[in-house]
Amino acid sequence: MYKILEAEMLADKIYRMVVEAPYVARSCQPGEFLIVKMDERGERIPLTICDFDREKGTVDIIFQVVGASTFRMAELQAGDAFEDVVGPLGNPSDFIKEPLEEVKKKHYCFIAGGVGAAPIYPQVKWFHQQGIECDVILGTRTHDTLIMEKQLEAVATNLYVCTDDGSYKAHGNVCVVLEDLVKNQGKHYDVVVAIGPMIMMKFVCQLTKDLNIPTIVSMNPIMVDGTGMCGACRVQVGDQIKFACVDGPEFDGHLIDWALAMKRMNTYKSEEGRAMLKVQEGATHHGGCGNCGGDK
Amino acid sequence: MAMDVLHKVPVREQDPKVRATNFEEVCYGYNEEEAKIEAERCIDCKKPLCVQGCPVNIDIPGFIRQVKQGNYEEAAKVIGLSSALPAICGRVCPQETQCEGRCIRGIKGEPISIGKLERFVADWSHEHNIVAAEKGEPNGKKVAVVGAGPAGLTCAGDLAKLGYDVTIFEALHQPGGVLLYGIPEFRLPKEKIVAKEIEVVKNLGVKIECNVIIGKSITIDELLNEEGFDAVFVGSGAGLPKFMGIPGENANGVFSANEFLTRNNLMKAFKDYDTPIMRAKKVVVVGGGNVAMDAARTALRLGAEVHVVYRRSEAELPARVEEVHHAKEEGVIFDLLQNPTEILMDENDNVRGMKIVKMELGEPDASGRRKPVEIPGSEYEIDCDAVIMSLGTSPNPLISSTTKGLEINSHKCIIAEEETGKTSKEGVYAGGDAVTGAATVILAMEAGKAGAKGIHEYLSNH
Repeated sequence: MYKILEAEMLADKIYRMVVEAPYVARSCQPGEFLIVKMDERGERIPLTICDFDREKGTVDIIFQVVGASTFRMAELQAGDAFEDVVGPLGNPSDFIKEPLEEVKKKHYCFIAGGVGAAPIYPQVKWFHQQGIECDVILGTRTHDTLIMEKQLEAVATNLYVCTDDGSYKAHGNVCVVLEDLVKNQGKHYDVVVAIGPMIMMKFVCQLTKDLNIPTIVSMNPIMVDGTGMCGACRVQVGDQIKFACVDGPEFDGHLIDWALAMKRMNTYKSEEGRAMLKVQEGATHHGGCGNCGGDK
Repeated sequence: MAMDVLHKVPVREQDPKVRATNFEEVCYGYNEEEAKIEAERCIDCKKPLCVQGCPVNIDIPGFIRQVKQGNYEEAAKVIGLSSALPAICGRVCPQETQCEGRCIRGIKGEPISIGKLERFVADWSHEHNIVAAEKGEPNGKKVAVVGAGPAGLTCAGDLAKLGYDVTIFEALHQPGGVLLYGIPEFRLPKEKIVAKEIEVVKNLGVKIECNVIIGKSITIDELLNEEGFDAVFVGSGAGLPKFMGIPGENANGVFSANEFLTRNNLMKAFKDYDTPIMRAKKVVVVGGGNVAMDAARTALRLGAEVHVVYRRSEAELPARVEEVHHAKEEGVIFDLLQNPTEILMDENDNVRGMKIVKMELGEPDASGRRKPVEIPGSEYEIDCDAVIMSLGTSPNPLISSTTKGLEINSHKCIIAEEETGKTSKEGVYAGGDAVTGAATVILAMEAGKAGAKGIHEYLSNH
């Protein structure tokens, strides 16, 4: 069992937990992810590692409630435990593997959308620890769904926060901010790292293609084992099929087939929806949807 | 029941119509009476060919002799000398090409039903809590085993019997490997059989740590240099599923057999657990191996009409005869000498059908099998809403890419000596699918035994 030491709600449907997971904490790097399974019946859910403490053997995870399993997970409290936590999975970010001197020469701009702030944070923190400057754009729908602002502020050279509805800081999405920085504020970036909802990453990539800035994205497709066995997480990258779990999760965003990636996320949508209803409706769930046959 | 020397005692099975709708075990196995009668058919050859046909060389006439006399505990101990997983092997070994394929009785009639007898003995000994093997006197040496599948469990069991302190590291959340995620419940019950056999290995003192992914959570070099292990056996299994590379393969509703089976078997999607699985109306399974049969029969049980599309003819089907026979009985439709050329999608990228071309057999190819050749103009379309690709796997790079000095071949399989499992890296041994590419449970067990022998020799002189 993997004990939950802290659990809090950061924003609507967004939760943070600190979990004992010594094997993950001892070796994880920015860019990698882990898989949790809450109990016997639970799904294996891939999550990004938001932070880690090697000495305490703990990792911080942040997740959003999107389906039945994350809905159940959100109810866990400090003192509860996950039945399974495995990782780290995937590959570290490219800059970890590059010679430090090379990384220092480049100007990085990290773009986080919504819960994407969680996986962006350890990357920006790594830059901070190496003494390398980098900018961060943090975008979200509205002020109430903003997370990680303070943490990112502490490690980013410049942090630009924006909300789609203008309820807090800059009005507009991350693309508006990036375009303004590059076109009007005289900023020059050699690399953009964008992590967030698929649709955000797609539009960032369209923009950076025009701006001619190489862009890395982190894919979070449907996965089962996460170790290179099932092939559920296949992503079209250029003319190749890649498995996000062992080849990624980070890829060249300009080569991703976004339309395909987004459609593949829908594979289990109706099944997910029914499972979600079943959890929410509990004992009163009798198959009123006419599809699932209730408890049968 | 009277004995018919030419024929096997028939084994009782669930009615095909009934079992096509449930996940209960298909075959009931022999009871005591049936086992004794079947055992009597064995003529106890002086030079038993069956033993040569067994990858782990079980003393087959030896255990059958005990069954004849009703000494099932002794029979279990005879098997236990050679095999750590007899209840599993009795169910999933391709006996027709191994022990039973060599049986003298098979020349004039049917061979002895060795697999069913092995299964009977193993099940009997589980029911009676027989301890078939004891752990050895501790020798103070530590061995790490990567992967709790058939190769790793066998290697760990053999080393524990020799007195080693063995820890198995398993990447998934439960031990068993392919026995758990790959082979379905109706062929190999998980609680009743797999969990019990693993318990036997644990009772030999073997520790199993799940959720540890070697190469990521900790590397082989760290195990050897920092964690105090004297040797490592790598039995990490097969890897990434292969796809055909035809148009439409990324449509929603195209799965690898590994994904489909893992959702169903390991994640228990069939049991109303949280992990979803697609319950399609009409499924095409591409491939003709045991995994294809498992996927087809699973899709059938989840309510689909199932077609197996295979490019060669029935004689070339790589699956065990019994699996093909069972699949047919249950209603799986075999579209043989046919090959998909394209997967068709609807406007939302969901699978709506498949283009298939008919084939004929030409000259034998490198594998000795006659090469299938397309018949021009024979293409047709079939409606379906899911496709399961069962085309084999290619090795997982996680271990080879993170272990210095561990050599791999052009297929990216770990290079290891067959007799000992010895790799290019000192103290590291390997076996099973990680070395051979996708094969069978029993061949992985054979490699696990070889690895244990190799490690024992290495550490005895070290």
